[in-house]
Amino acid sequence: MMRAAVIQFPGSNCDRDMAVAIRDITGADTSLVWHRESALPTGLDLIAIPGGFSYGDYLRSGAMAARSPVMQAVIAAAGRGVPVLGVCNGFQILTEAGLLPGALMRNAGIRFVCRTVGLTVENSQSMFTSGYSAGEKIHIPVAHHDGNFFADDATLDRLEGEGRVAFRYAESVNGSARNIAGVLNDAGNVLGMMPHPERMIEAMQGGSDGRRLFEGLIREIA
Amino acid sequence: MKTRIFVTLKNGVLDPQGKAIHHAIEGLGFSGVHDVRAGRLIEIEHEPGLSKADLESMCTKLLANMVIENFEIEQA
Repeated sequence: MMRAAVIQFPGSNCDRDMAVAIRDITGADTSLVWHRESALPTGLDLIAIPGGFSYGDYLRSGAMAARSPVMQAVIAAAGRGVPVLGVCNGFQILTEAGLLPGALMRNAGIRFVCRTVGLTVENSQSMFTSGYSAGEKIHIPVAHHDGNFFADDATLDRLEGEGRVAFRYAESVNGSARNIAGVLNDAGNVLGMMPHPERMIEAMQGGSDGRRLFEGLIREIA
Repeated sequence: MKTRIFVTLKNGVLDPQGKAIHHAIEGLGFSGVHDVRAGRLIEIEHEPGLSKADLESMCTKLLANMVIENFEIEQA
């Protein structure tokens, strides 16, 4: 049976939604892991870093969480090739931890943005996006104050050249460089994205475009 | 002993908060302000023996995000 862990920090608020999405869609044995743990459950097939406001966004969004004990174990697991999915605050934490390039800054319009947005799937070859087709337009909600992706031009060119832009906003959302909504690491086993796929997994939620991310992932991992 | 660390956005990094503050300053009727950039001041009380290298290491490892920010260390 597939095994998954969702990391919980003080201030995480999408941890349960993420666990439900993973459990319901993939059937994985999914555990919640507190940030003070220095070790992860053994034999994990997936680690998810959920959304929220870890440590109250003190210093910078994701900055404190990225230095917590459990993240050392997450960084080691990512290095071994374990898939790591960071959503929203999870994306911020992954950039702060150095697992993904760039930084997520205050939205260009200053305001918190909370609505469903159009995304274009830029790369359907990754283990996280194989449930979609390249160029496909999907709809997934965002809810963030700091989602404005920044990286220098050389880094952005490299990300685009290597197919590491997973999702792009199909509309103006937060001022992100080149409208980037989600990026992959070099090895392709770490994805960070601001939109919340776990909030769009069944018709009752207004759509199920997020569901295919998890369905694709389970096929790739199995 | 006290050290002050100033964390500021790198040149070329857009600062939406600075822009909003600039806007608010103008809204209060002040004129002649060309640009505003917001940063962060961190004060650290420490033993006199704490090295500059340690302070710099604190900055690069935690206090500043080197992708977007610079820091300046001011020892009293």
